[in-house]
Amino acid sequence: MKQKIGMVVGVALILAWCLLPVAWIISLSFKSQTAITNGSPGFFPADGAGAGWQNYQDVWDNEQFRRAIFNSIGISLIATALSVIIATLAAYAIARLEFRGKKLVLTMALVIAMFPVVSLVGPLFDMWRAIGLYDTWPGLIIPYMSFTLPLAIWTLSAFFREIPWEMEQAAQVDGATSWQAFRRVIVPLAAPGVFTAAILTFFFAWNDFVFGISLTSTEAARPIPASLSFFVGADPFNRPASLLAAGAVISTIPIIVIILIFQRKIVAGLTSGAVKG
Amino acid sequence: MAAIDMKNIVKKYGDGFPAVNDVSIDVQDGEFMILVGPSGCGKSTLLRMIVGLEDITSGDMMIGEKRVNDLAPRDRNLSMVFQNYALYPHLTVYENIAFPLRLAKTPDAEVDEKVRAASKTLELDEHLERKPGNLSGGQRQRVAMGRAIVRDADAFLFDEPLSNLDAKLRGQMRSEIARLQKRLGITTVYVTHDQTEAMTLGDRVAVLKRGVLQQLATPRELYENPGNLFVAGFIGSPPMNFLPATVEGTSVKLPFGSVDIPADKAEKVQDKGLLIAGIRPGDFEDASVVDADRTGSTFRAKVDVVEWLGNEAYAYLPFEAPPEVQAQLQQLERDLDGESLRTQLVVGLDGTSRVAAGDDAEIWVNTKKIHLFDPQTGENLTVDKERAGRLESRALNSV
Repeated sequence: MKQKIGMVVGVALILAWCLLPVAWIISLSFKSQTAITNGSPGFFPADGAGAGWQNYQDVWDNEQFRRAIFNSIGISLIATALSVIIATLAAYAIARLEFRGKKLVLTMALVIAMFPVVSLVGPLFDMWRAIGLYDTWPGLIIPYMSFTLPLAIWTLSAFFREIPWEMEQAAQVDGATSWQAFRRVIVPLAAPGVFTAAILTFFFAWNDFVFGISLTSTEAARPIPASLSFFVGADPFNRPASLLAAGAVISTIPIIVIILIFQRKIVAGLTSGAVKG
Repeated sequence: MAAIDMKNIVKKYGDGFPAVNDVSIDVQDGEFMILVGPSGCGKSTLLRMIVGLEDITSGDMMIGEKRVNDLAPRDRNLSMVFQNYALYPHLTVYENIAFPLRLAKTPDAEVDEKVRAASKTLELDEHLERKPGNLSGGQRQRVAMGRAIVRDADAFLFDEPLSNLDAKLRGQMRSEIARLQKRLGITTVYVTHDQTEAMTLGDRVAVLKRGVLQQLATPRELYENPGNLFVAGFIGSPPMNFLPATVEGTSVKLPFGSVDIPADKAEKVQDKGLLIAGIRPGDFEDASVVDADRTGSTFRAKVDVVEWLGNEAYAYLPFEAPPEVQAQLQQLERDLDGESLRTQLVVGLDGTSRVAAGDDAEIWVNTKKIHLFDPQTGENLTVDKERAGRLESRALNSV
């Protein structure tokens, strides 16, 4: 019983710690701009200080914001899809084939993953401008992919190694080509790994700020985190905090949706029953 | 359906070690062939070469009239049951069984008909919509077999299919496999390390040791006319007793005394010096329960331990073996994956026998069934070559 109470208290503390900023953002997003400027200490908007859905309405009506959301969704989804497809193929090769330089590939992947993002921004900026990728979707998709691939490859190759060899051999004896065995047996079995990798990649791409702000200059490719920082409103000394809060809330919605969708696919123990343990 | 003809098959791994060394086995159309041997004898490798999961270093693998050495597994039209079943866990039992048909782009109606027929044969009807993860070991085993029988394969290959089941289920599935094979009449190659499965299932049995074929014969021939020490020790449970023996005329001197053997046998082993005599436990008996008119010899020996099982009993009689034979017997024991602590004679007795531990018992031995082996080569000198199937002379040197 005592243990249970401790558990409840602990969980409550952690929840408060994690969710308080989120709750505060939501609270801000429902207050009117003037109320915030005048100081509005309460969690719930005071009488007359509430803005209802007005902030959301205003943010959504902003062309710049809509473009940014569209850019973010497009870039993140494409980067995720490409990264997962390439990582799946690469991880399968690493898990199943013996080839020279396998260790090198894995080590290089780790090195790339550890590379500080900031140190690449300068060179990339120059390169992208020279070859015309600056301020385009591919200009962001490529760095996102290269930073998420290593992690995705490591995650997936661990999953592939768990799948018994016999599964492919059985499929081949049953009449499958190597590709069919991979697509119809191995990929479905590695689905939890594939979706884990997808979530990680999507996270990275969606949350990135450094590349987003340095490799773009217009709404043509600017993603939402960068765009929010440009959201200064009419008066530079009086930033529209409530509008920003509403924008922040809207920009978290897609990622929550994506995670809820992918999480269902991450069912642990999917391989149970394949072979006698 | 097709015959499988293996001609001088060799499998060498990267380090040059021959896992399968010049093995030739002809599996007739519709025959149930067993590949048996202790672990590391190359039996599974051989099976995997038939199905195409291992490359063949040299030799010809013929299925029907076609040389299949360079064909991919899917082009060989064989079906295989894996040791650990290798079911597809993300598919239902129905789709698992249907998998080979789906790959062959069979129309749905035909798939349904064939899957239902297979599931009926294997009594899987009520499990068709379940996933393999929710099935018991025996049910998974049957699903794996369903996947094998659902298409018209040229042959079935089994890789130790029963080794993951508990003893009771193993017995049931064994007879189930035998029944199925007889009914479908399809060529079958079955790998096992269990001599009971080999004896009960096979039309013919190929005994392998360290990549070399020892003897290819029917179970009865293997039991009654083993070609060498290894086969003699491997086939039969409890295993054959091996005793040091010297022959003078028709009299064989064993550690427990001398017995007389038939003249035709004695003739083959004259002036060979020290030999190894092989006698199956069942060829002994308590002299007091043997009918007087049965031919054979008796000797007296002290009984160390008796295990009484009801319908039969086993008595253990320790003896000392001379060093020349001792070394050979220990090597044999290692080859058979066993580890015996002492040289002892195992004597099978009738359940009515009153012999007890510590008794000085009179034991009868059926001298017609005594085999005599050359301790150097392991060759069975008294083998009836007409009734021993195919013996491999190459197997002798390697003993």
